[in-house]
Amino acid sequence: MQAVTTRKSMRGGEVGLTAVLAVLALACLYAAAKTIEPAYAFHMALGVVAAAAGVFAIFQRYSARPAETPLEIDGKPNYNFGPVKFCTLAALFWGVAGMAVGIYIAFELAYPWLNIAPWFNFGRLRPLHTSAVIFAFGGNVLLATSFYVVQRTSRARLAGDLAPWFVALGYNMFIVLAGTGYLLGITDGKEYAEPEWYVDLWLTIVWVTYLLVFLGTLWRRKEPHIYVANWFYLAFILTIAMLHLGNNAAIPISPFSSKSVILWGGVQDAMFQWWYGHNAVGFFLTAGFLGIMYYFVPKRAERPIYSYRLSIIHFWALIFLYIWAGPHHLHYTALPDWAQTLGMTFSIMLWMPSWGGMINGLLTLSGAWDKLRTDPVLRMLVVSVAFYGMSTFEGPVMSIKTVNSLSHYTDWTVGHVHSGALGWVAYVSFGALYCMVPWLWNKRDLYSLRLVNWHFWISTLGIVLYITSMWVSGILQGLMWRSYTPQGYLEYSFIETVAAMHPFYIIRALGGVLFITGYLLMIYNVWMTIRSGEAAQADAQPSLQPAE
Amino acid sequence: MSSGTHAPKTPGLFAKHQILEKNPILLAIAILIVVAIGGIVQIVPLFYLQSTVEKVDGMRPYTPLELAGRNIYVREGCYLCHSQMIRSLRDEVERYGHYSLAAESMYDHPFQWGSKRNGPDLSRVGLKYTDSWQIAHLKDPRSVVPQSIMPTYAFLAATPLDTRELAQYMKVSQLVGVPYTDEEIAKAVDDVKVQVNPDSPDAAAFQQRYPKSQLRKFDAETADVTEADALVAYLQMLGTLVDFKLYDDKANLR
Repeated sequence: MQAVTTRKSMRGGEVGLTAVLAVLALACLYAAAKTIEPAYAFHMALGVVAAAAGVFAIFQRYSARPAETPLEIDGKPNYNFGPVKFCTLAALFWGVAGMAVGIYIAFELAYPWLNIAPWFNFGRLRPLHTSAVIFAFGGNVLLATSFYVVQRTSRARLAGDLAPWFVALGYNMFIVLAGTGYLLGITDGKEYAEPEWYVDLWLTIVWVTYLLVFLGTLWRRKEPHIYVANWFYLAFILTIAMLHLGNNAAIPISPFSSKSVILWGGVQDAMFQWWYGHNAVGFFLTAGFLGIMYYFVPKRAERPIYSYRLSIIHFWALIFLYIWAGPHHLHYTALPDWAQTLGMTFSIMLWMPSWGGMINGLLTLSGAWDKLRTDPVLRMLVVSVAFYGMSTFEGPVMSIKTVNSLSHYTDWTVGHVHSGALGWVAYVSFGALYCMVPWLWNKRDLYSLRLVNWHFWISTLGIVLYITSMWVSGILQGLMWRSYTPQGYLEYSFIETVAAMHPFYIIRALGGVLFITGYLLMIYNVWMTIRSGEAAQADAQPSLQPAE
Repeated sequence: MSSGTHAPKTPGLFAKHQILEKNPILLAIAILIVVAIGGIVQIVPLFYLQSTVEKVDGMRPYTPLELAGRNIYVREGCYLCHSQMIRSLRDEVERYGHYSLAAESMYDHPFQWGSKRNGPDLSRVGLKYTDSWQIAHLKDPRSVVPQSIMPTYAFLAATPLDTRELAQYMKVSQLVGVPYTDEEIAKAVDDVKVQVNPDSPDAAAFQQRYPKSQLRKFDAETADVTEADALVAYLQMLGTLVDFKLYDDKANLR
């Protein structure tokens, strides 16, 4: 380094965050001492350790960093890729954990002796699986890609000094608290929003910081337009904040207890829950990942987005319509009929903007379809968009009340979710990570495209086994429940319909095993790329331009 | 490419969209407005439309023991495999009983309607089986239902019920609208003991506070009040409060 021109001193943010973390550590220590719940005391102790580690990390970073962090070096943006790399690796790690737990609980349904009470019973592991794949894997992919894309498409360094790191590390702390909490029996009992009040509070702080970093980076952009991927990321961040606050509005019974009571009860709580639940799908698993599609598909195909106008129309239509779809989870229940009908109507309408996105993604390949033969990464991205199209057709079909009367409460729903989760969310994530890892670690290309090819085919086979077995088991069970004898009696007892599921549960679990096998190939490939890949030429990638 | 080159070509609304594309704050505000509408229309009326929750006799808040059992039900994630919502479909009504009313879960914070039936619906499971069947089933489901895929919950019967936070939990429940009286909250811990001891002198007063409550030791094999007692007390009351012989569904047509 050249001689430092300005004297180094602690920045305001560093001092402030150190103070906040110190206070937090003390508060956690106090709560750990006062509580009568061992699990809560454990979480508070984790809080003390994490806050202390945070203070340590701030000082470490202070002694290592230069006095000034320039926004640009030689006229080029000085991108902040540290948090992006961290979230990329975190996503890969949580993916293994989440999928492994998923396979385990899939086998539990086939072989109930695998349940090991109390920690590894199905009821405690299932939220661990859903949270680990959605929020830990998916969430870290979204953090990594959004921080990458917003910098690249804005040609500006991430806003904030410590803030991006606070978001990356704080979010993963949320994951650790949520996941260990489920195993220890800390849950508020709302599907896909199980963490208790103090974990929710922590996530709120992290999420608001995330929003500020994202908006701040857009604010300092060098491009005149905000690129379309960022509209989707912004809608995802804002809407998740709204849903999270609405669905988790609760009063803790004491600062020294993990338990809280939710403000909403009964039918209102059900409506809040599926307003949240369906839009966790709509905004976390769709809008956010469409942001990924809008950057990585054109980038990898080296073609502009097919239609700028279509992206405008389908963006606004998608975010407006999605919010209404929640009540289709509550057909024929005690939710008033008018709400059910609204939910069904908007769910069917939602088909159109969903396919608008699919068409925009697929037709971006115009003139580049030949690349599918040679580039398995692009193939993964394109197949993800195809799965998106399939799932977003199946969804509206299942939201029709008569179809739903058969499919609801059965494995059909589980199969539908996984065609979206594995086929769309995971594949578009894999494609994006395969693109991004060489860019981040400055490598010419991936370690092995052959391995990507293997990953693609093994996991595709896994998805096919998964969703076909769940179609059969779901429709079979739905039909058995409503089957009558000629004398007019119900034909099957409930337990007979459970026993009939057994072979399909095994096929499903094997599908999961194939899926994770492909995923482990990816981990190896990424590891080898980072460790030994050939270094890239300096700045091989221009920033992406908006289409017209 | 700069904005100037394509701005003139884009007509009308699309040109106006550039205002949002160039200002992150305006874009954020526009997004918030657009995503808020659906939720407001669907959720807010549920709080003021009189027909949302039916008028029905018999519903009361959970007894402290039942409430403790319900919290165990939530803790163990029972709702992930068992629904508590009978849909208004012929086969469901014949299999499980009268379709569920909104009123039957109006004191549930959170609701436990569920979304998947790996096991059967439980909204009317109360008194369908004996206590000893329930205890045996929790300890080893396959001892009574050989093809069951349910996990074992033997540890519940070996875990004494912790009632130290129960009164506080009821107090906060009262705050969010569950009609517990201050007396009921004050007597929470005592009432747990009363419910498992029908010979207690306070039994009559307890039954006045909580009509249709069931007083007995649910797990006959243990002397202490355990988590299994609480959970079975909860299961045995599910669906027993509303007398559907007296329920007038025409009056509650929605």
